[in-house]
Amino acid sequence: MIPPSFDYHAPRSLGEALSLLSSLGSDAKLLAGGHSLLPMMKLRFAQPAHLIDLNRIPDLRGIREEGGSLIIGAMTTEAELLASATVTSKVPLLAEGVASIADPQVRCRGTVGGDISHGDPGNDHPALMIALDASFVLTGPKGQRTVKADGYFLGPFSTQLAADEILTQIRIPIPAAGAGWSYQKLKRKTGDFATAASAVLLQMKGSKVAAVAIALTNVGATVLKARAAETSLIGKPIDAATLGEAARLAMSVCEPTADQRGDAAYKTAMCGEMTRRALQAAAARAKG
Amino acid sequence: MARTHSVSFKLNGKDVAVEVEARELLIHTLRERLAHTGAHIGCETSHCGACTVDCNGMSVKSCTLLTVQCDGAEVLTVEGLERSGQLHALQQAFHEEHGLQCGYCTPGMLMRAYRLLQENPNPSEQEIRYGLAGNLCRCTGYQNIIKAVQSAARKLAAQPAAA
Repeated sequence: MIPPSFDYHAPRSLGEALSLLSSLGSDAKLLAGGHSLLPMMKLRFAQPAHLIDLNRIPDLRGIREEGGSLIIGAMTTEAELLASATVTSKVPLLAEGVASIADPQVRCRGTVGGDISHGDPGNDHPALMIALDASFVLTGPKGQRTVKADGYFLGPFSTQLAADEILTQIRIPIPAAGAGWSYQKLKRKTGDFATAASAVLLQMKGSKVAAVAIALTNVGATVLKARAAETSLIGKPIDAATLGEAARLAMSVCEPTADQRGDAAYKTAMCGEMTRRALQAAAARAKG
Repeated sequence: MARTHSVSFKLNGKDVAVEVEARELLIHTLRERLAHTGAHIGCETSHCGACTVDCNGMSVKSCTLLTVQCDGAEVLTVEGLERSGQLHALQQAFHEEHGLQCGYCTPGMLMRAYRLLQENPNPSEQEIRYGLAGNLCRCTGYQNIIKAVQSAARKLAAQPAAA
């Protein structure tokens, strides 16, 4: 399978990429790692007239700590995230999530910004980013704006990113010391999308939940935040009753589409189970 | 005919230059223009790993990489593993441990295992399984592939110069 013909552009700077994007308009697509876009082009689900390859812009890569946040260049690969001692020590939820994405070869090409910008409800970064309360820096011809991950994803393959903007940076507030975390992902095989997955970031105070974020992968038209489940846990211990109620409330927001991974009832049930397990694992890791 | 691009890269240590359309995938350039048919085309959707090659020190699936993206790159394929007629320790180990049956996945397995051992010269069984998770084999059940990688790791540790 060979993609349809297109014109290829490899800008060397962000400025050059932005002017290309503005001048080529909606006929152009940004090429990051290519592991979603190129397969879609082979299958003729996407037929852009122009590809703007972001791989030769060094400023878009890199991981650094700055003022209590982790700053990640959008073109940083999954393999780079996984190899980063800073990511593992400061934001272990991200490291755990990335380790479950695709396979080693795909992680060498696939980028965090590409995974986010594609807007596929099956991608893992959206839930991780919402659980971590991340923000995205979007750069366009008129400058930058910063938007919260929560609210960024509008529907399948639809985000707040405008046609003339590039996602350039991801900013993650480093969780407070003692925070517990877990990403629980059910998948049929390596490289498959999640049947259902749940990302949890948890802060305990003594034996009670002080703060919790729960985000769900691939059980709706877009990533979902399980707000009622979060609220139900505040001020409570993590035990069989509170876990059961949180899982039930997480399931109540699921609207999965039936496919070869299962029917809607199965996927919803699995999302409840992933949420229960993620909360349990996060509670075991939390020190409050 | 669409516009073409001049692309130069190092293939197994030798400079090569091709003139390709932007949509040409690295696997096709290797097999059809450069007569390097070691890397195989399996699924064409970046699942099976039969097309795995090494590009700038990373394992990549060459069915999901545009040749034009490889300008200036260093590409290593299974043809580049042996040195002066001597099989690489991994190739020898796959032979000795029966790490292949039909052989279709083998070039991809070898290239992925090569990079895995560069990154982690003494991997545990679990690390080998995780490290080779992007390469499918429908014959062996993987047991002898794991044994072969373990055997190659021991051989390479005993002769560091051969790596």
